[in-house]
Amino acid sequence: MRIFERRNLRTRPARKVARSRWALQWCAVALLPLVLTACHWAVLDPRGPVGQADRTILIDSLAIMLAIGVPTILAAFAFAWWFRASNPRARYRPDWEFSGAIELVVWAIPAMVIILLGGVAWIGSHQLDPAKPLSDRQAPVEIQVVSLDWKWLFIYPNEGVASVNQLVVPAGVPLRFSLTSASVWNVFFVPRLGSMIYAMNGMRTQMNLQADDAGTFRGLSAHFSGDGFSDMHFTVRAVHSDEFAAWVKATRGVGPTLDGAAYTALARQSANVPPSTFGAVTPELFNQVVRQDLAPGPGPATERGDVGTSKTGH
Amino acid sequence: MLGKLSWEAIPFHEPIVMVTSAVVAIAITAVLAWVIFKGYLPYLWKEWLSSVDHKRIGVMYIVLGLVMLLRGFADAIMMRSQQAVAMGSGGFLPPEHYDQIFSAHGTIMIFFVAMPLVIGLMNFAVPLQLGARDVAFPVLNSVGFWLTATGALLVNISLFIGEFARTGWLPYPPLSELTYSPGVGVDYYLWALQISGAGTLLSGVNLVTTVLKVRAPGMNYLHMPIFCWTTLASNLLIVAAFPILTATLAMLLLDRYLGFHFFTNEAGGNPMMFMNLIWAWGHPEVYILVLPAFGIFSEVFSTFSGKPLFGYRSMVAATMGICILSFMVWLHHFFTMGAGADVNAIFGIATMVIAVPTGVKIYNWLFTMYSGRVVFATPMLWALGFVVTFVVGGITGVLLAVPPADFVLHNSLFLVAHFHNVIIGGVVFGIFAGYEYWFPKAFGFRLHGGLGKAAFWFWIIGFYVAFMPLYALGLMGMTRRMQHYDVPEWQPWLLVAAGGAALIAIGVALQVVQLVWSIRHREALRDVTGDPWNGRTLEWMTPSPPPMFNFAVMPNVEGVEAYWMRKQTAIEQQALRPEPDYHDIHMPRNSPAGFICAFFAATMGFALIWHIWWLVALAFVGAWAVFVVVAWRDEHEEAIPAATVASVDRANRAARAAVLPKLRPLS
Repeated sequence: MRIFERRNLRTRPARKVARSRWALQWCAVALLPLVLTACHWAVLDPRGPVGQADRTILIDSLAIMLAIGVPTILAAFAFAWWFRASNPRARYRPDWEFSGAIELVVWAIPAMVIILLGGVAWIGSHQLDPAKPLSDRQAPVEIQVVSLDWKWLFIYPNEGVASVNQLVVPAGVPLRFSLTSASVWNVFFVPRLGSMIYAMNGMRTQMNLQADDAGTFRGLSAHFSGDGFSDMHFTVRAVHSDEFAAWVKATRGVGPTLDGAAYTALARQSANVPPSTFGAVTPELFNQVVRQDLAPGPGPATERGDVGTSKTGH
Repeated sequence: MLGKLSWEAIPFHEPIVMVTSAVVAIAITAVLAWVIFKGYLPYLWKEWLSSVDHKRIGVMYIVLGLVMLLRGFADAIMMRSQQAVAMGSGGFLPPEHYDQIFSAHGTIMIFFVAMPLVIGLMNFAVPLQLGARDVAFPVLNSVGFWLTATGALLVNISLFIGEFARTGWLPYPPLSELTYSPGVGVDYYLWALQISGAGTLLSGVNLVTTVLKVRAPGMNYLHMPIFCWTTLASNLLIVAAFPILTATLAMLLLDRYLGFHFFTNEAGGNPMMFMNLIWAWGHPEVYILVLPAFGIFSEVFSTFSGKPLFGYRSMVAATMGICILSFMVWLHHFFTMGAGADVNAIFGIATMVIAVPTGVKIYNWLFTMYSGRVVFATPMLWALGFVVTFVVGGITGVLLAVPPADFVLHNSLFLVAHFHNVIIGGVVFGIFAGYEYWFPKAFGFRLHGGLGKAAFWFWIIGFYVAFMPLYALGLMGMTRRMQHYDVPEWQPWLLVAAGGAALIAIGVALQVVQLVWSIRHREALRDVTGDPWNGRTLEWMTPSPPPMFNFAVMPNVEGVEAYWMRKQTAIEQQALRPEPDYHDIHMPRNSPAGFICAFFAATMGFALIWHIWWLVALAFVGAWAVFVVVAWRDEHEEAIPAATVASVDRANRAARAAVLPKLRPLS
């Protein structure tokens, strides 16, 4: 699957580029439809180690199953066609209903495939456990995520800043996310970085991701959360470390402070909220949300619940 | 006086809803008027609405399922067209309407399409296959059907009085709690499912008892047709799983009505518990639907290959294996909840293990065709379409069972494509195969073959055009349930998917035309002998349609294919068995209990949804009174005289004797 290495072309020496180009052409024939729109296949075109590992497992598992699935489909067509009633050359055995050897094979083949895939699942689950740190040596950047109706709040506890509907992260550095929800459940998902995880009120989940290079990615909620759900996406900007430091510096001390009151106002239902930042954050605010010291989001104001969705028209 | 109900509950401001409501109201009025003026009402009441005959109840389940299929499909068309146009705009459906549509689509398709159709086919065919005269509890059977119909009615009332749930087909708290869903939508969902769920449970108890206790002499367990085995497995699952659903929804009802805190954010409630409980029902539910479909395909492959089912005992073992395993995998619906590597891996592997018996089934169907004489009748086309489609769906299903793959595909359109792949490719194709296969048995004439085949091709091509793009969209990072989006690259795929839905719509239209055409030309399509497909199991021994008592004399079963063996003996000897002695047959009487129960249940459900407490009390008393009257009834059987039995059977024997000289022994 060398096709997916295309992202590195720009930084490589010419000889390697030529070889990659050859690989590209070769793959292009096999995977033409994929290649045509390669950069839109977010899950198959990841930009971080977690996403790449997820993709490897996805493609390996698929290949293992196609090895058995494709012959099965072909056999279905072949048997049905050859043994059609109008084919005089096919031998009809009206009482042939059992064969110990065939039964052994048809139980054994799926069982062996599943043993193999089970191994993939076991190892993959442990290697890619979302709570597992990505690196022993490099300290991760801590980011606390709160899903609100219907926007995302990102708190940088060590930097003392926060942002809404935009996530700025340093590239090449492990990111450790702690997640919770202000009200209903959501799933935090940046397809090009890899695995997703639930954000749940009164609970804290953990997720480790990393962006290898600078880039802009799309993040979204992958769990329906109400009328404003479709606008619950955000932009992830992975930038160089110094650029990240500059962003923190430019953000800190500017604009409003995220304290209990500001959080409560933010927790009210609203959709299609433009990105914004907070120049300061009350310490422990995230933990207060998790512990429910700050009350869960209030939900809709009226019984029909139409408030808050009026802005979804474009 | 009327609780929360007021004129504000009618959505006058939504033209789509108002026009639909008007059309539905006119259609219902027209049908009712036609029935009354034609004088069909007494017939309808006596022969159908109050019937406790398992065949009639089976047919009514199927009619309910097909009508609701049209409703659920209309929702699907709206969703596909909304997503096709909603790139960077709001589309034509606002979120509060769109959210109701996808919630109603899922709820209707599972509970009021797939379930009634599957239960209807089991109800119709299983007693005939078992060589029984009726199910174990005929009146209970009728009550079960009418409670299911009540649920369907409540869901449809929500279209124009109030609203339906906006939470998805499974109302996950805390979104479905009063704080975040204060309207009546979730209440409609909950009461509709509580009432129909009770009906399903009754039906499950009835069918389990029927398979275990009501079989023809000589029919031991390993003589039962495979459809009876899958029915047993499916209904064991119903009996074990539906109480979980009822309890879970009851807890949510307590939260919403009486301020409990099972699943709320506050006061120690835990929505995770709902997630676990609902899938402890929800995953077996998948097999409740697909196991009977597997049974239908087994019958179809065997019949249209002119061979016994290959590896019958293996198939029985695989069926029961799936039945047990299906209870041990529910957690794969939320690998992304952060359960930890061991838990995820164990449930992932348990899920994959189900692929083993399922794979065995696929191979045994293939080897049933092997060395056979395959006739491509419409049911067989559905079966072949199923095998191919289900392998694809199975592969994507096992892929989703690998936790790291699920971490990037959970809740995406890839998932939506997967479960439509197995539910349409497995359950719906199975239902259509069964519908075509048993239709002549139920009504005495076949469905038009050419139209049926045309419908099949539009369905299967439409299916691939509609759902393969969704796999691609899932890999592009598109999540489900989006009312609009702003990624231009998604739109071409969504337009293709909408085109696929249009192809399926043509398939559906052809099925309607096929039914109407076949009814109008039924004399030309008449099934005279009762054995139109050269069948192998006992239902083909009866005339088409079978008399109320099914069998004039109880058949004596000596092997797996009881009827096939008799038929071969008759062909070899060129003579039917000697005419038996006929006796009076005692059959259960019609009972209006189910219909009246449903009336009170519908009233009570509606009153509960709108908090009309006096009406709740009144309807409850009414339902209780029906129960008391039915339970204390004196006479519940009537005798069918031996002379009637004899005349029915002699006519059938004459028809079969007439074709006997044309039949040759198998080479």
